[in-house]
Amino acid sequence: MVEWTTEERAIIQGIFSKLDYDTVGPESLARCLIVYPWTQRYFGKFGNLYNADTILANPMLGKHGTVVLRGLLTAVNNMDDIKNAYTQLSELHSETLHVDPGNFRLLADCLTVIVAGKMKAEFTPEVQAALQKFLSVVVSALSRQYH
Amino acid sequence: MLSNYEKELLVKIWDKMTPVAEDIGSEALLRMFTTFPKTKTYFAHLDISPRSEHLRSHGKKIVLAIAEGARNINNLATTLAPLSRFHAYQLRIHPTNFKLLNHCMLVTLACHMGDEFCPVAHAAMDKFLSAFSAVLSEKYR
Repeated sequence: MVEWTTEERAIIQGIFSKLDYDTVGPESLARCLIVYPWTQRYFGKFGNLYNADTILANPMLGKHGTVVLRGLLTAVNNMDDIKNAYTQLSELHSETLHVDPGNFRLLADCLTVIVAGKMKAEFTPEVQAALQKFLSVVVSALSRQYH
Repeated sequence: MLSNYEKELLVKIWDKMTPVAEDIGSEALLRMFTTFPKTKTYFAHLDISPRSEHLRSHGKKIVLAIAEGARNINNLATTLAPLSRFHAYQLRIHPTNFKLLNHCMLVTLACHMGDEFCPVAHAAMDKFLSAFSAVLSEKYR
């Protein structure tokens, strides 16, 4: 079981209650596909992903980015059992989407950088550590149903 | 692979960071020690508490070396040869740790640059820091 301090819980709830999901979601997914271009392999049917500009402007990708980011709310609302909360999503990513779980960490890193850019000085080392701990628990849960 | 545009962008960014090398470097290190505590094992001989003199001077050394690398990006192996030997034969830092500091450097840049740390800058920086780390660890074996 993952142990969370009171401060860590407050930090996570604080970040996710203030996020603009419709901006940060698309930005994070786009950034992942730009910084780590091999992740584009999972988005063959999404249309024009030719360069950074078209990736950032792609509406299908943008909508999907919001969906993915809202998916993190499952963990935010179930911090004491993130492992089991993601059983179905993990199966989906493994059995249906066939996503290499190594890529989950890349998206998590991009989200971290974007949150840092928005929070700036408020994104202290302690806040970063809490967010990264949270995201690594989510990544681990999503990677569990791969057999 | 870095395009000419990316190389120029990197020089511009590191030129801006050079005057505040102590702030940027110490912040990146502090983020790394806080998020990845095992990295502290390499610094048992220093005082790495926030705002300590050791942390600031060590952070400054790192940022100035990276900035020098950005200015000599077509000659990384030659420029970094002494540092490369130092890391291989004396420091012997486990190579996975380079990624951790690189990531914290990206986060530090994002905090300081905000929107200016756009996806293209982020991609160029990540590629550059990975190449930099590869040179630092190339003499390991």
